[in-house]
Amino acid sequence: MSTARTFLTQIAAILAKDIRSELRSKQTWISMGMFALLVLVIFNFAFDLRVDNKAAVVPGALWVAFIFASRRGLGRTIAAEQDGGSLDRLLLCPVDRKAIYLAKLLGNLLFIGVVEIVALPIFAALFDVPLFVGQLIPIVLLGTLGVATIGTLFSVMAAATRARELLLPLLVFPLIVPIVIAAVRATGSLLVPGGANEPPWLGLIIAFDIIFLSLATLLFQYVIEE
Amino acid sequence: MALAKRETRIEPQSTKAPPRAGVPVASLILGGLSFIGMMISIWMIFLYAPTEAVQGDVQRIFYFHVPMAWIGMLAFGIVAVGGIGYLIKKDERWDWVARAAAESGAVFITLAIILGSIWGKQTWGTWWTWDPKLTAVLVLWFMYIAYLMLRSYMGRSTSSAYAGAVLAIVGVIDVPIIYMSVQWWRTLHPGPEVANGDLPASVVLTLMVALVTFTLFYSFLMVQLYNLQKLQAQAQRLRAHVEYGLED
Repeated sequence: MSTARTFLTQIAAILAKDIRSELRSKQTWISMGMFALLVLVIFNFAFDLRVDNKAAVVPGALWVAFIFASRRGLGRTIAAEQDGGSLDRLLLCPVDRKAIYLAKLLGNLLFIGVVEIVALPIFAALFDVPLFVGQLIPIVLLGTLGVATIGTLFSVMAAATRARELLLPLLVFPLIVPIVIAAVRATGSLLVPGGANEPPWLGLIIAFDIIFLSLATLLFQYVIEE
Repeated sequence: MALAKRETRIEPQSTKAPPRAGVPVASLILGGLSFIGMMISIWMIFLYAPTEAVQGDVQRIFYFHVPMAWIGMLAFGIVAVGGIGYLIKKDERWDWVARAAAESGAVFITLAIILGSIWGKQTWGTWWTWDPKLTAVLVLWFMYIAYLMLRSYMGRSTSSAYAGAVLAIVGVIDVPIIYMSVQWWRTLHPGPEVANGDLPASVVLTLMVALVTFTLFYSFLMVQLYNLQKLQAQAQRLRAHVEYGLED
């Protein structure tokens, strides 16, 4: 019991540290948020949106904006620690590596989530779609969890190299293909209700999240070791 | 040989299993077998196997494409097995296996995609289609590239081997999920169907011979690449030893 409480305390402490540092610099939030907005604006011009093609284009635009924006935040997971020289100190602390991973994951989830919450109403207004229907919040949350799970694990690897800006998307994007497909499809089926015999996309997202969350929590200790 | 003796002193692992004189024999046997197999395969593919009635000679790509795709997938499995072995045993020989498999597998999967595209252009009328198999193989190709880039950027170190192992394990679990998700995605838009009728016995026989040959050839390459990895690791150690007087 006490070990579980220590574990949670450790997670909370690292998370609180990251939130405080982010609240002071606001670097990640502003860059992610502006990026998401810019992608949405560009998509508006890139695809000539009409009523008949809206359902096909809008979910894709939304998820491209979210995923590319989250890349910004994921890249800073460990890079910020490295730049500040605090990574070694974090590793020297008697903290379980799993706690570091889960705290970083929660931090990423929180940062990306805040950006998404701000972007969603703007998105709904710009594209004139009713987005606040049914299961949108669980789809966005669970899809983001999948992206963040893989992204947090691989951001550590990418940060250890000179080419982190290039390697992070190369490592993360191929692996999250199932999340992209499932999230876009699930969001699309919300916009066009009544799509019969759709596969259980939300189930696929949940299965992906569970598999890779457990795997990444176990494997994280190997990538963070110096 | 004098160098080999010094290596055993510098490299702790090789004291457990000293370099055997039998290694070139394995290479010779595998090389000889794959050469003979290659000759037989080429004869079977171009002369023995019947010309396909509709597609014509283009269909003979099939006998190269399938074995190469098979090797490309097998090799990623070996990369993951090497990674798991390294995480458990912490023995760099597992890592050499993984790296050797990644380097050779990347070549085979690239060739499989190129040959498949040429064949697809002739039979389907398109270079590419987002069919589950094609998508899964493309993602696999990206993983190979990511793996090789990651390893070359991180250099030859313990953390590089760990990172490679983690990437391979995550990747090998992800590929079936990708395949499944694309299959679901494509249920609404069925892609072009590959003819799935009963194949004549001579076609199956040729394919089997080609598969065995390419697997032998791959094993031959693996032995060479493994030895290359070993030599590179030893060379790096010797260099560090000479330049800094370090034994890391």
